[in-house]
Amino acid sequence: MDFNDTPEEAAFRAEARTWLDANAELLSPDESNANLLDERDDPDTIQSAKDWQKKKADSGWACLTWPTEYGGQGKTSIQSVIWNQEEARYKTPPNIYGIGLGMCGPTIMTHGTDEQRQRWLPEMLSGVKVWCQLFSEPSAGSDLAGLRSTAVPDGDDWIINGQKIWTTGAQFCDWGILVVRSDANVPKHSGLTYFVVDMHSPGIEIRPITQINGGQGFNEVFFTDVRIPDAQRLSEVGNGWAVAITTLMNERSSIGGGGGGGGIRDLIELARSVEVDGKPALEQSGVREKIATFYTRTKGLKLTGNRSLSALSQGKTPGPEASLGKLVGARLAQEMAAFAMELQGAAGALNDPDASPQAAEWQDRYLSIPGLRIAGGTDEILRNIISERVLGLPSEARADKGIAFRDIPSGPPSN
Amino acid sequence: MNFDFSDDQKFLQQTARDYLAEHSPLSACREILETDKPYADDLWKGAAEMGWQGAVIPEEYGGAGFGHLELAMIAEEVGRSLAPIPFASSVYFATEAILNAGSDEQKQKYLPALASGELIGTFALTEKAGQNSIENVEAQVSGGKISGVKFPVVDGDVANFAVVAAQGDGGVSLYLVDLEGQGVERETVKSFDPSRSMARLTFDGASADLLGEAGQGAALTSHLLDRAATLMAFEQLGTAQACFDITKEFTTGRYAFGRPIASFQAIKHRLADMWCEIELARSNAYYGAWALSNDEDELNVAACVARIQASEALEQISVEMVQMHGGVGYTWEYDCHLFYRRAKLLAAVLGTPAHWKDKLIDRIESASAD
Repeated sequence: MDFNDTPEEAAFRAEARTWLDANAELLSPDESNANLLDERDDPDTIQSAKDWQKKKADSGWACLTWPTEYGGQGKTSIQSVIWNQEEARYKTPPNIYGIGLGMCGPTIMTHGTDEQRQRWLPEMLSGVKVWCQLFSEPSAGSDLAGLRSTAVPDGDDWIINGQKIWTTGAQFCDWGILVVRSDANVPKHSGLTYFVVDMHSPGIEIRPITQINGGQGFNEVFFTDVRIPDAQRLSEVGNGWAVAITTLMNERSSIGGGGGGGGIRDLIELARSVEVDGKPALEQSGVREKIATFYTRTKGLKLTGNRSLSALSQGKTPGPEASLGKLVGARLAQEMAAFAMELQGAAGALNDPDASPQAAEWQDRYLSIPGLRIAGGTDEILRNIISERVLGLPSEARADKGIAFRDIPSGPPSN
Repeated sequence: MNFDFSDDQKFLQQTARDYLAEHSPLSACREILETDKPYADDLWKGAAEMGWQGAVIPEEYGGAGFGHLELAMIAEEVGRSLAPIPFASSVYFATEAILNAGSDEQKQKYLPALASGELIGTFALTEKAGQNSIENVEAQVSGGKISGVKFPVVDGDVANFAVVAAQGDGGVSLYLVDLEGQGVERETVKSFDPSRSMARLTFDGASADLLGEAGQGAALTSHLLDRAATLMAFEQLGTAQACFDITKEFTTGRYAFGRPIASFQAIKHRLADMWCEIELARSNAYYGAWALSNDEDELNVAACVARIQASEALEQISVEMVQMHGGVGYTWEYDCHLFYRRAKLLAAVLGTPAHWKDKLIDRIESASAD
């Protein structure tokens, strides 16, 4: 039992570092790279992200786990993790390729025709084209298969109408993966079809959504008589759900890996610097008890991640248990932010980087974290996944089973 | 990254699990709980034949010469089966104390008999209710004779000897005291979990043999508690896993409103949360085992996070076990209370989670001051 790289892993890490040293600048300890969801990136930032991806692709550091026939490097999952760990230590532009390379690419590899793979994968890998995901709708989030946007055949094309929501990066994307309803007369999972849509098509309108933290990472995307050639259909007609599942499994493995829980060092530092009853807060038993709990859980999450990495290193595939990191981590991060604000007393009510302790970092986190608990599977969906897929418990009874989609009760309109 | 037990260690664990499934079903725990018998002596002998008591004792002293990773695997199975034997007292405490601080003579005297199970040892620190600190122990040693009261002492009524913390010889020190000799009175005290026995030890001039350096009792105890807490975390982990598995099976088989109760999110979401708590406990326990087996300084933090998470997870899951069983969970006949009792006993006897949390902050602070 140890935390060390195997000799092969260490050699690979050294190779990655050598390339990164030559091509990027190390982050200083108090620096971090910008989060994609924080702001609306300007064209220059997007271009710099594209340049970075191109550079990696040209040197063989893009899509490490993809098969070589699609331009990947055919590396193992653990090598990909090692690369990500190393890349994260350097100053890099925001990653605008996570959805494309992590979710769209693997789905196209699994379900696309040879022609479709050749058409889309090389430009996805080199970063020339950016991809987004058009799944959720205003009335279909956790219950994704309840979506209502429609596809109607018209000659060799399909005509799409409806609305998608929570689309990250739609404003700068070239292609999107899209699930829509092609038949409302069959049960909901059986009437879906999966397409790839050109985001520059006429009839697509993109509107930013302003989050509670003021950021605008997400969009609403409206489709009005948008035409998609049948050659861009990725599933059999009516079999879109099976393909969507492939995409979602890849989403969980990419999002579930990290988990929140950061910031324990900052929290301890804060508790040393603010006073309670004339003494550092960290000397007070209630404060110590809370922080020790946070520390214990933060450690537990990180070590659980190390156990998953060990499985990867042994060539095993981590399964849905990766959901633990996000489920526990997001709640923990929220509790820590709430407690940090409480420690600040009345100053907890400020959100002023110049006046608040630790530059109002905790206030920012408190406003951002609710998104973490919802995106990519809500806490509640993650508990379903754990209980059904990890623990094998029976599924919840459903009121919509075996009923044609058009007859499923839907409640009053939400707006 | 290889943060996992080896195949050989997992094989040893499976062997232990199979042995205990046969020789220590829950009915064995119940028998000790319901009778005056303090522990399962046949099982104790069987365990010794399997080499468990001597797992980390070097072969030259009659042990199996394994490491702490192997012992951790055995501890998890002891916990899973609720084995009613004084394993923790004799192995995590007495044996560890002698291995760490004993003179060669003391090792010769005790270790072979500990390994064979002929001797049972325990650790006597606490003297009264409340959170006692080692610096404030009142038991006194003078001229090699100990006087004072230790209460409560786990397995104090069945142990042949105890490692006792007392004032004397230049401050608090540790001593080996023969509990069957002159000047020792022992009284069984009713245990919250009668499958594990508890006692009051009264010393009046009993012979006390210094263990380790004089005046080093606080440091030795602190280190001993870290080692024992890490091993105990595995025992708690095994108990928590058993609790969880039984509850999962019960809720899957029990029907209400026309379907298994485990299909209701009111149940299944809590089971998912319980599973997360066990996985965190497992990860932290592994961290402790890594630090313990490599003699890392980090053990002082690893033991804390292992102990805290194991204690809290086990308590939460044992409470949920009773609740999810409904009415039958509250009966003497069902086994839920065996776990409910054991969870609370294990959380109490080695310093409560609150105590370990306080210790954790101290240690983080002193590490950052270095």
